[in-house]
Amino acid sequence: MAMMPVPTAAGDAPAQPGQAPGAGGPARWARGSGWARLGRAVTSNGKATAGTVLLAFFCFLAAFPGVLARGDPNAEVYGRSLGPSVRHLLGTTAYGQDIFAQTVWGTREVVIIAVAVGLLSTAIATIIGVAAAYLGGFSDGLLSLLTDVLLVIPLFPLLIVIAAYVRGAGTTVLVVVLTVTGWSYTARQLRAQALSLRRRDFLEAARVRGERKLYIIAVEIIPTMTSLLVASFLTNALYAVLFSSSLQFIGLGNPNTVSWGTMLYWAQNNEALQTGQYLWAVVPGACIAALGAAFALLNYAFDEIGNPALRPVRRTRAKRAG
Amino acid sequence: MTGLSARRGRQADARSAAGAAGPAAPGTGALLRTEALTKHFKVGTALSRRTLHAADDVSMSIGERQIVALAGESGSGKSTIARLLTRIYKPTSGEIYFQGTPLSSIRSRADRLRYSGLVPMVFQDPFSSINPVFRISHGVLRALALHRPELSRRQRYAEAERVFGVVGLTPAAEVLQRYPHELSGGQRQRVGFAQALAMRPKLIVADEPVSMLDVSIRIGLLNLMARLRDQEGVSILYITHDIASARYVADRLIVMYAGHIAESGPVEEVLAGPRHPYTQLLLSAVPDPRAPLAVGAATDRGEPPKVIDPAPGCRFRWRCPLAIDRCHQVTPELRELLPAHHAACHVARAGAATKAFG
Amino acid sequence: MPSGPANRAGSASGEAARGAAQPPGARSPAAGPPAAGSPRAGAILEVRDLSVDYLAGSGAVTAVDRVSFHVDPGEFMGIVGESGCGKSTLLFGIARLLAPPAELSGGCVMFRGANMVGLTDKELAAVRWKDLSVVMQSAMNALNPVTSIRAQFRDAMRAHGVTSRHEIARRSAEVLQMVGIDPVHLDSYPHQLSGGMRQRSMIAMAMLFTPELVIMDEPTSALDVVAQRSLMVQIKELQRQYGFAVIFVTHDMSLISHFSDRLMVMYAGQVAEIGATRRVFESPLHPYSAGLMEAFPSIRGPRAELTGIPGSPPDLARPPQGCRFAPRCPKVMPRCTSEQPGLYRAGGTDVRCFLHEGGAGTAGAGNGGAGDSGGDGGGVAGADSGSRS
Repeated sequence: MAMMPVPTAAGDAPAQPGQAPGAGGPARWARGSGWARLGRAVTSNGKATAGTVLLAFFCFLAAFPGVLARGDPNAEVYGRSLGPSVRHLLGTTAYGQDIFAQTVWGTREVVIIAVAVGLLSTAIATIIGVAAAYLGGFSDGLLSLLTDVLLVIPLFPLLIVIAAYVRGAGTTVLVVVLTVTGWSYTARQLRAQALSLRRRDFLEAARVRGERKLYIIAVEIIPTMTSLLVASFLTNALYAVLFSSSLQFIGLGNPNTVSWGTMLYWAQNNEALQTGQYLWAVVPGACIAALGAAFALLNYAFDEIGNPALRPVRRTRAKRAG
Repeated sequence: MTGLSARRGRQADARSAAGAAGPAAPGTGALLRTEALTKHFKVGTALSRRTLHAADDVSMSIGERQIVALAGESGSGKSTIARLLTRIYKPTSGEIYFQGTPLSSIRSRADRLRYSGLVPMVFQDPFSSINPVFRISHGVLRALALHRPELSRRQRYAEAERVFGVVGLTPAAEVLQRYPHELSGGQRQRVGFAQALAMRPKLIVADEPVSMLDVSIRIGLLNLMARLRDQEGVSILYITHDIASARYVADRLIVMYAGHIAESGPVEEVLAGPRHPYTQLLLSAVPDPRAPLAVGAATDRGEPPKVIDPAPGCRFRWRCPLAIDRCHQVTPELRELLPAHHAACHVARAGAATKAFG
Repeated sequence: MPSGPANRAGSASGEAARGAAQPPGARSPAAGPPAAGSPRAGAILEVRDLSVDYLAGSGAVTAVDRVSFHVDPGEFMGIVGESGCGKSTLLFGIARLLAPPAELSGGCVMFRGANMVGLTDKELAAVRWKDLSVVMQSAMNALNPVTSIRAQFRDAMRAHGVTSRHEIARRSAEVLQMVGIDPVHLDSYPHQLSGGMRQRSMIAMAMLFTPELVIMDEPTSALDVVAQRSLMVQIKELQRQYGFAVIFVTHDMSLISHFSDRLMVMYAGQVAEIGATRRVFESPLHPYSAGLMEAFPSIRGPRAELTGIPGSPPDLARPPQGCRFAPRCPKVMPRCTSEQPGLYRAGGTDVRCFLHEGGAGTAGAGNGGAGDSGGDGGGVAGADSGSRS
């Protein structure tokens, strides 16, 4: 029952020029261009900063792996199953490959898959979800049916079947498979939000103004859903990281590529944990977890940035007077 | 009363006397006229299909350079009428004539666009009627791009500044660059009027434009509406539940109840001597700080009904102390009791105001 | 027959049970620790220098700035103001319903002699609903939409120790009848009731233990004008019958003018004017109150052109240095932009305006209000307590 009326002003023109009415707090750092606002939002929120730093780190590794790890990660030239040392920071695999180099070079494939699946899934989910919500009626029924059918099919078995059928799925196949199976979840969320926006007056105003439906969907609705779109991207990216690695782990990926998932596959094949080669199994797993955590942190952070009610509040001791 | 307000009062009276003709006089040059306009909605489940009668048999007219107030409580149908007039809804039956042309004959996209420019709408909620993502200039520039394509980009911007000046948002260039959350509620409503003005309309349909604003702000917007009528020559359909503001700004008053028109006529005449019992009830309930509130011994506690599958008869009969047998059997028609003053009531008389309450 | 549930131990319950039978004002303040300065004799609620801050990232915004007023038993106190004046925040502060980022930053709330600000949640729970209840703005927001009215009354009563099912049913039906609703609606869901009936059932719920003070936050704003009037009449009738005090927060001044005994006008988090209703209405002293009175179009009387109040309320994060109304005031003096006026007594009302500084006596210090003397001057109780209808 603790509703908090936020102080807002509802005064009127003609106000003095330059006097911007409104409450303090949110209005203050909401001024300025979109990028400036984004920058301020990220630095002010702990989760956002952590997530951004992690993600930036992995993106850097994906883009410039040669900076940190020279040499071919697949070359089986080193001593086998060596422990960590100055030459091999994380030791070597049972095949004589440098684990550190593999981890660094393996980042690229995972990040590419995550970003690609994230973008593609979100794009499809947006088109289908928002169109369903705005067009309503029969179109909505049809699109929702499609979404729900794909949603209900058990995901992992489907992935296995598809990947097994394709045999030795490379990056492209993984991206396609994960996109096709992953868009339906966020499509429902986007449809729900678009539905709640449908009756907003500015959409009716656009309609009364004479805009076409396509214009309204593309220009008036979708930009107002940016926070949910970003959240969809992050969710889908996280999902892609976890599931692509899982597929590679059970051997359905291409075992000859360098990726965290394939590292886990080979580690499992060689019973790394049982034979004491902990780093071989743990390091790629930890990286998967870290990248996933980066996406998850950013997701929480964007929630908090978008909805001030979710922000953590530092409690100060209430003054006891009188 | 100063000279200025006395003159305004006389002007207003002259306007209402010369006001648009009632529904029974076709071809009188009314700007917009409706004939038996009806809108039903289907409600209920597949098993029990029922119809909600949002508006029934509404015949009204609006003249040039006129402010007509459409007053009523919730469920009266006034918002439905607004959406019918701006073609958001399609009528179930009945017709709307704009400058003599029936709306049902509007088919092509060009015609629809033209109509939407001539009859735009201003919305109630200042906090959701502007897209929060874009600058203020977005809406008005789009409106100009759609409806006045002959203007160049620079001319569009100049026109945007001009209409913002007309509605009192100055300095216009600076306000246009702001975001909606930087504006107050009153300023946003002015933006709504500016957007409508940019399309060079004949009739602005204003759906409760001041209901969500603070009291001290409302007057500013009501004055703006009067100015638009006088200086820009625009008619306004002012939809409201606040009779006092209707009296302040309007020339004619139409009172709706449960989907029907109860009474319509020149605003001063209707308020001075209401013929329909509901109008009288409404008037008696309006608090006026300068006069004691009439608290009758039998305070009416009823509320307007949701009209679902109604039987014939007057919809006010359950709350009306003057109801007779006929009221329960025959739905009253809108009759002209005095010149340009109509009421839909079996017991209303031309001679004297109805005294049903208090 | 006691009008409240009688099967609870403790003196508080006994008093509540005897609620209706007790004549108003006969209660003496509970024996709590005396606050600084003696509490006003007889007042059921006394708010002194109450301040509420909102903690934003960039510092605190003071939404309520040292507000003081008192409410006598059985009195109908109206608090009016526009958006952003802090009236709802003030109400939540009094009822201790504030949640972070809002917090009480100063002052005290003496309810029946005990300072509410210092109470723990447990102590508050004992007071809430038995002696002080709250009616919220929108019944659709405050009523649980998925349970019946009966279930909600039952929850409320159980939370305060009433367990007998028979007693719960009896009292639920009784309060509904008090507000003019047929008890058959006990089994309805909120969405099945009309707007007016929902608000009435909120009031019925507030009346479950016949409290001494009922706080209402704009209960009529979602209603049509006819339903509004009948609700106000109902509230006055209940007040007359059961003798509780009411604090009524609204932005609708014309409505409140017919029902309140005393009126407090708030602006930008401060008290602008406070006094007997009729006096504030007929001769408003503060330029803001005067401007507000002018902003109402009249139904009866001559049709005259009106002007509202130009400009907007100040940004509370950066309030102006002097009087907060100075930027919009038609009677502004040079002094007003640099000094903050205190509350000055002028002819029975307290006004925060330098125009009335030399009135019949300064009620407060130079900076900010140090407590209102309401409508009661000195020892002359009752004379200025407002025209009780």
